[in-house]
Amino acid sequence: MPQAIETRELTRRFGRVTAVDALSLAVRPGEVFGLLGPNGAGKTTTIKMLITLLPPTSGSATVSGYDVIADQRLVRRSIGYVPQLLSSDGALSARENLDISGRLYHIPSADRRTRISEALEFMGLADVGDNLVRTFSGGMIRRLEIAQAMLHRPEILFLDEPTVGLDPVARRAVWEHVRRLRDREGTTILLTTHYMDEAAELCERVGIMHLGKLVALGTPESLAAEVGPAATLDDVFTHYTGSDLDEGGTYRDVARTRRTARRLG
Amino acid sequence: MTSLERAARPAAWAEPPAAVRFVLDAWTVAEAELQKLAHDPTELLTRAVQPILWLLVFGQVLARARAIPTGQLGYIDFLAPGVLAQSALFSAIFFGIAVIWERDLGVLHKYLVSPASRISLVTGKALAGGLRALVQAAVVYVVAALIGVHLQLGITQLVAVAVVVVLGAAGFATFSLVIACLVRTRERFMGIGQVLTMPLFFASSAVYPIALMPGWLQALAKVNPLTYQVDALRSLMVSGGTATFPIALDFGVLVFALVVLLAIAARLYPRLAM
Ligand SMILES: Nc1ncnc2c1ncn2[C@@H]1O[C@H](COP(=O)(O)OP(=O)(O)O)[C@@H](O)[C@H]1O
Ligand SMILES: [Mg+2]
Repeated sequence: MPQAIETRELTRRFGRVTAVDALSLAVRPGEVFGLLGPNGAGKTTTIKMLITLLPPTSGSATVSGYDVIADQRLVRRSIGYVPQLLSSDGALSARENLDISGRLYHIPSADRRTRISEALEFMGLADVGDNLVRTFSGGMIRRLEIAQAMLHRPEILFLDEPTVGLDPVARRAVWEHVRRLRDREGTTILLTTHYMDEAAELCERVGIMHLGKLVALGTPESLAAEVGPAATLDDVFTHYTGSDLDEGGTYRDVARTRRTARRLG
Repeated sequence: MTSLERAARPAAWAEPPAAVRFVLDAWTVAEAELQKLAHDPTELLTRAVQPILWLLVFGQVLARARAIPTGQLGYIDFLAPGVLAQSALFSAIFFGIAVIWERDLGVLHKYLVSPASRISLVTGKALAGGLRALVQAAVVYVVAALIGVHLQLGITQLVAVAVVVVLGAAGFATFSLVIACLVRTRERFMGIGQVLTMPLFFASSAVYPIALMPGWLQALAKVNPLTYQVDALRSLMVSGGTATFPIALDFGVLVFALVVLLAIAARLYPRLAM
C-alpha cells in the first residue's frame, strides 16, 4: 500500500527565510497525523505545498500517489482542505457554499443535493442551511468548512489549525465531528495545530516542526515516554522546540493568527 | 503504484470533458458572485448614483453651454454612451479589491485547491464583473430616456449593447484582477485604482470626441479599449450616433483585450494565495 502523503527533502524558501527545510515525512492511509509546532514553524507552508497552492523550492512530494508538481489536477481531486483562514463565503448561505464546492467537483446534481442535505445534517447545521454564513458562530463556520471540504469524499483531508480561536465547547464539537468523519469515511487526515491537547485528542501520530525542520516523530505516547516518565505532550513540545507555546513566531504570524481568531469568533 | 496507474482508476462519477468543465466551472464562479449581489444589492445601487449625476448634471450643463462640438448629434445623445461605458468601467475597476479580500479571508484558497482550471476561475470572475455592469446599463437607459436621449430600442441594438457592455466590463474587471495580483494588498490597490481610472476615462472618447484631443492624447485614446467600447456603444445606443471605427474593429479590440487579460490573470491568480 502506498503512503497517503510522502515528502522527500521538501523545501520552501521565502527570500532568506527557509520556511520548510528538507522535510521528509510519510503519512499512512487512514491515519490522523498531526503536524505540531509554534507559530512560524512552517506548518502552513508545508500544507500549501502539499495541496498545490505553493510550488516547492526543492524536493518533492506525492499526495494520494500523485506528484504535487506534475499531477496537480489529480492531487486537487483527491484532497479536501480547510485553511487556517476562513474559507466559506460569508455573503452566501451554507447551502450555496456547499453547492459551489459540489459543482466545482462535478458531483452530479441529484447526488449533490442528497450529499448537501446529509452534510448539513451530519454537521448539525440543518436548521440554518439557508442562512448567510456571516451570521454563524466560529464553531458553526468550522463545521461548515469541513463539510464543504468533504463533500466530494476526498481520500485526504487537510485541516490547518482547525480550532484556533474557538471556545472550548466549539473545539470539542469540531473534534467530535473530525473523529466521526474519520470513522465513517476512513479519510486520511493531516492537521496542524499548536495546541497539544488537540494533538493528544485526535492524532495517532504527530510530527513536531521547529524552524522548518521535523524535530520529532512518533505516537503522542512514545514521544512523551522518550522525554521522561511523567512527561506530557506539552513537555515534549518544550523539549524539542525550546519554546513555550505562546512564544515563537514573528509579529506577522501572530497578527495573522489573531486576525483569523477574531473573524472566526 | 505510479501516478499513471492511479490516473486510470475510475472516479466515483464521470467527469465531463475539459471544454465542458471550463464552461461549467466559469459559470459556477460567476453565479456565486451574482448570488452575493442578490443577497446584498446595496453596492450595485450606490454605484448607480454616479452615472445618474453625470447625465443629469454634467450632461445637462454642457449641453446647454454647447461647449463641445459633437456634429449632428446633440451633446446629451453624444454623452449617454460615454456615461454607460464609464459606469461599467468604474464598477469593474475596483473588482480586484474583492479578490484581495477573498485572499485575506481564505475563500480564494478554496477555489484554487478545487480541480477547476485557473482560466475557468478567472473567466468566471470576469463574467460576473461583466454581468454586474448590465444593472448599471439598465439604470443609464432609464435616466437617459427620462432626460430625452434619443435611444435606439430595437432588440438587435439592445442585445448588441448588452454584449458590448459585458465584454468591456469583463475586460476591465480582469484588468483589475491582474492589478490586484500584482499589488496584493487592499491599501495599495485603492491608490493604484484611483490613479488608473482617470487616465483610462479621460484618454477615451467618453465625454468628448477624439478629434478635439491634442495629438498625444489621441494616441493614448487609440490604444485604450474604452475608446472602442464607447465607439461601439455610440453607434448602437443612440439614433444618429456615428462610430469613428468600423464596429467589427470595436468588437475585435474588446475581445482581444479580454482574452489577453484573461490569459495573464490565469497566470497571476494562483500567486495571490502563495
Ligand atoms: N508568503 C510568505 N512570504 C514570506 N514569508 C512567509 C510567507 N508565508 C510564510 N512565511 C514565513 O515562513 C515561516 C513559516 O510560516 P508558516 O508556514 O505560516 O508557519 P506556521 O503555519 O507553522 O505558523 C514564517 O517565518 C513566515 O513568516
Ligand atoms: Mg499556520
